[in-house]
Amino acid sequence: MTSVVSKIRFRDPQVEMAHGAGGKASRRLIDGLFAPLLFGSVPVPLGDAAHVNVNGTCVAITTDSFVVSPLRFPGGSIGELAVNGTVNDLAVSGARAQALVVSYVLEAGLPTEILEAEVRAMADAARAAGVIIAGGDTKVVEHGKADRMYITTSGIGQLIPGLSISPAAVRSGDKILLSGPIGDHGITILLARGDLDLEADLCSDTRSVLPLVEALAEAVGAGVHWMRDPTRGGVATTLNELAHDCGLGVVLAEDLIPVRDQVRGACELLGLDPLHIANEGQFLAVVAAEQAETALDALRKTPGGQDAALIGEIGEQPAGSVLVTTLYGGSRMVDMLVGDPLPRIC
Amino acid sequence: MRFVDEFREPELITRTADEIRRLANPARHYRFMEVCGGHTHSIYRFGLKDLLPSNMDLVHGPGCPVCVLPMGRIDDGLSMAERPDVIFTAFGDMMRVPGTKGSPLEYKARGMDVRIVYSPSDALKLARANPDKHVMFFAIGFETTAPSTALTLMRARAQGIHNFSVFCNHVTIIPAIRAILDSPDMRIDAFIGPGHVSTVIGCRPYAWIASNEDKPIVVTGFEPLDILQSIVMLLRQLKGKEKRVENQYKRAVPWEGNRAALKAMAEVFELRPYFEWRGLGFISQSALRIRESYAEWDAERRFSVPGVRVTDPKAAQCGEVLKGVLKPAQCKLFGKECTPEHPVGALMVSSEGSCAAYYNFEHRKRVVQIRPAVQEVA
Repeated sequence: MTSVVSKIRFRDPQVEMAHGAGGKASRRLIDGLFAPLLFGSVPVPLGDAAHVNVNGTCVAITTDSFVVSPLRFPGGSIGELAVNGTVNDLAVSGARAQALVVSYVLEAGLPTEILEAEVRAMADAARAAGVIIAGGDTKVVEHGKADRMYITTSGIGQLIPGLSISPAAVRSGDKILLSGPIGDHGITILLARGDLDLEADLCSDTRSVLPLVEALAEAVGAGVHWMRDPTRGGVATTLNELAHDCGLGVVLAEDLIPVRDQVRGACELLGLDPLHIANEGQFLAVVAAEQAETALDALRKTPGGQDAALIGEIGEQPAGSVLVTTLYGGSRMVDMLVGDPLPRIC
Repeated sequence: MRFVDEFREPELITRTADEIRRLANPARHYRFMEVCGGHTHSIYRFGLKDLLPSNMDLVHGPGCPVCVLPMGRIDDGLSMAERPDVIFTAFGDMMRVPGTKGSPLEYKARGMDVRIVYSPSDALKLARANPDKHVMFFAIGFETTAPSTALTLMRARAQGIHNFSVFCNHVTIIPAIRAILDSPDMRIDAFIGPGHVSTVIGCRPYAWIASNEDKPIVVTGFEPLDILQSIVMLLRQLKGKEKRVENQYKRAVPWEGNRAALKAMAEVFELRPYFEWRGLGFISQSALRIRESYAEWDAERRFSVPGVRVTDPKAAQCGEVLKGVLKPAQCKLFGKECTPEHPVGALMVSSEGSCAAYYNFEHRKRVVQIRPAVQEVA
């Protein structure tokens, strides 16, 4: 017991919002407290889903909680996110979601019509993603003890044959693919909160990425070395985690990263970096260099994948970090996000 | 995107960088100060240092209003957030800046009512919507943001909104530049002048830098091409032994500034006799306070502010970095005790602070020649 306890390195005196924002602080909490106590001394690669052996059959299992405000936003709602988020976590770990279970934490006083709309949104999203919702649980807390509704979904998935994904499989020279434009979800939510008197013609990108993952698997199979969906903390945080886990460098070409003008504009105005903004319907894949073209082609031919792009490559340097290069020869390091992205004004 | 993409055009940038290399005298060293934190951020974000000759240093100046704010002022502001009837509002820039008992975000996590606003008028709106609360706006910034605070106070008075106040931390840019030029270990050849501040104050207030201090200054925009063009203009002046104020940012900066904005500032604010700057110490007539005629909306008069003074740790060498004597990474604490997550010194606090920008964008960077390989496939 003492050997496990001694590995607790988390020294922050209290939980802050940053610990849930998916960036550096979240990583510190997981590596410093959760992993040593829950996973013991066996180092477990922290992917989007765990692969568990059940009587000789390997299945993928994952869980995710959704606490978004506002509950509804252009292009989606918390119910849709709750299904797609878990389907996607399974997909990028190389698994096809089979069944989800759902937990609701509801605040007393929540109007039934809001709850019904979200349950309907979940049913629709599950149908679209081809997954069943097999069970659930409901808890109600006193008014004021929660912000209307929180949803947790857990999912189990069957491994897609031929895929073997892990940071350890990533090699120098591999190419990095992105399934479509980044930042749509995070900026949509930021604007939908209405604090910023800004408007843009923009929708959340929430969707199941499973069809794209399956197209990729079919086209290049074991040529896919690693996948993740860049949700909280954005592409920058996800790729920093990859660089940290595989010990290699990630080099991106800024002009090749697809970003819509509305997202770029909002980011310019608010002093944010699109690479730090959350996505809910995109994923990153690292593929063997010689199969990159085939992989990109397969993504672009799949409905919803027409904007997929090759955005960079893996190199020996800068080891453990992410570098972004510009067309005119400049470059900059891109770190993980610290906390939530906050607008800069002055 | 119009008015942005034109100033990031790779071919023009490459051509301007070539022009800089042609004009720079390889036999001498150049040290240019970009006064504004926005420039510092752009220089690192666009990797502009990679395009400059090795005998040219860009020194990051005092123009990051978050960085130069002493920790004591943050504590003073946050002491008001602890009152149960107060909604504490500030720009996003302030939210992670640590006081001795935590940052505004940490106060929020502990249950205090702390909110991000996009402009002071949003804070006033919040006051109107919450008549049973008092809304306090923590005002920071140079002349760039001071006019919007002034206009908001004028509106609060005109509309008779009494549950609103401003904790004023506005500072002025000229005295800070003067303090740096007066410093005996100052080593600056010329200035990349602030762009946003100049949209309000114009170019005239910089005349003394050219005439009395013999230093060229070019008021500059924030895109890569703006900054590089401004360096070309500075090199041309140095080559011709000229010392002038020039305006590169004509698309936004009128020579005379914005008269309406200046008038609003004069109506609401007066100069403080002196104000403390983090990293630079006390500078006389370098900050604004709210005039007596607006006392009712002045948080410092309305609440008893503790007047906390917190000295920066001696080991932090912010002053030397600000004056260009040291580069960020040469400070003893850089990247060790002092990081953007746990800033010790002023310049690590905001992403526009030179140490934070250096840490985020430049630190650990290696020159990696991989673009051709990427483009083959793309």
